[in-house]
Amino acid sequence: MVQKIYCDAPAALDGLLHDGMTIAAGGFGLCGIPETLIDAIEASGVTGITAMSNNAGVDDFGLGKLLRTRQIARMIASYVGENKEFERQYLAGELDVEFCPQGTLAERMRAGGAGIPGFYTRTGVGTLLAQGKEVREFNGEPYVLETGLVADLAIVKAWKADPYGNLVFRKSARNFNPMAATCGRVTVAEVEHLVEAGDLEPDQIHTPGVFVQRVILATRNEKRIERRTIREEAA
Amino acid sequence: MIGWTREAMAARAARELRDGHYVNLGIGIPTSVANYIDPAIDVTLQSENGILGLGAFPTEAEVDADVINAGKQTITELDRTSYVSSADSFGMIRGGHIHLSILGAMEVSQHGDLANWMVPGQMVKGPGGAMDLVAGVRRIIVLMDHVDKKGAPKFRARCTLPLTGANVVDMIITTHALFERPDRKSRFALKECAPGVTPADIRAMTEADYED
Repeated sequence: MVQKIYCDAPAALDGLLHDGMTIAAGGFGLCGIPETLIDAIEASGVTGITAMSNNAGVDDFGLGKLLRTRQIARMIASYVGENKEFERQYLAGELDVEFCPQGTLAERMRAGGAGIPGFYTRTGVGTLLAQGKEVREFNGEPYVLETGLVADLAIVKAWKADPYGNLVFRKSARNFNPMAATCGRVTVAEVEHLVEAGDLEPDQIHTPGVFVQRVILATRNEKRIERRTIREEAA
Repeated sequence: MIGWTREAMAARAARELRDGHYVNLGIGIPTSVANYIDPAIDVTLQSENGILGLGAFPTEAEVDADVINAGKQTITELDRTSYVSSADSFGMIRGGHIHLSILGAMEVSQHGDLANWMVPGQMVKGPGGAMDLVAGVRRIIVLMDHVDKKGAPKFRARCTLPLTGANVVDMIITTHALFERPDRKSRFALKECAPGVTPADIRAMTEADYED
């Protein structure tokens, strides 16, 4: 059996990192982000990264860590509202940003991972984000051409993995992780639980192992909550 | 008090929900529409990060970091809840499977154009899922103040800000009035005025052209 389980994050990333690379990351806000792998990429010192991710983390957590260290040169993202360091670098012209509507970003990762170089969508037609892109009519309605994304490396967070790299995500922490996993030339998954072969129900696997080359047990599962909203217990 | 409060606007928007609807509520006042849904109808709320069937906020004991809505707030599951990937979630939205979305706005034009994602010269945070929602959801209702902080009308002849979508808005509920159009080829008409507001008041404080 091909050994996909690695002992730790630096071992799993060994030979995969180089300056100027593209990295796709799963997660929505701070939910379902690969915390352990982000720490290891920070420690590696790799720079000039183009990061493809829905968000950019916050100042001291998530991809925000790699912004703080200036390791990210360019971001493809849908929403970056929670990050002061991002704002400073962006306004100073130090960081290049390509805004992409959220559904279009998910579809671009999915398409890239499925070998589809481009697709047409109604999202963004008539807006700044369609400028310079081909627009074509289908059934009398305009659609804009968007391109599939492929990354040198994809990093994802899952709940469980087996030795074959089959992944199961948990609740809304799934979000962008399945698409990111497909669009990496190499995909590394960090998981909360490693289980034995046969322990995952084949019908319940979200991402099959063909998309996942390396797996580690996550050592960082802080799962920080951005907006802790509470309802009072009924008396 | 002249005009509608935020709560009254949310309650009025909630009256547009119908039995069996799948609905996406935007961040901010639109989220509070959930508090006013008629208990006699069955509505399923969708959150674009990948949840169909949103429950209430959790009690302290129920908080789960893996159960958040698109506003990154902690929430709970219902007996109907399903989780999907972001691609499948936006498949629901872009594929026209969601009946209604209620969103905030900076400006709406008389042609139904919506601007709610960027102000040139200010920090741009990105569109999030707003462009996908207005392009794909069957019916779009906007909740907004009637005039901005400087007193300028927000329902305008044309948007001065970059668009989120062109010709996408079906109903506008402001602090002062409700405008609606039957389809996206028609003009908006003034349908309701808030308490203490007359049609003449609305005409005086609105730039957009609309039918009385």
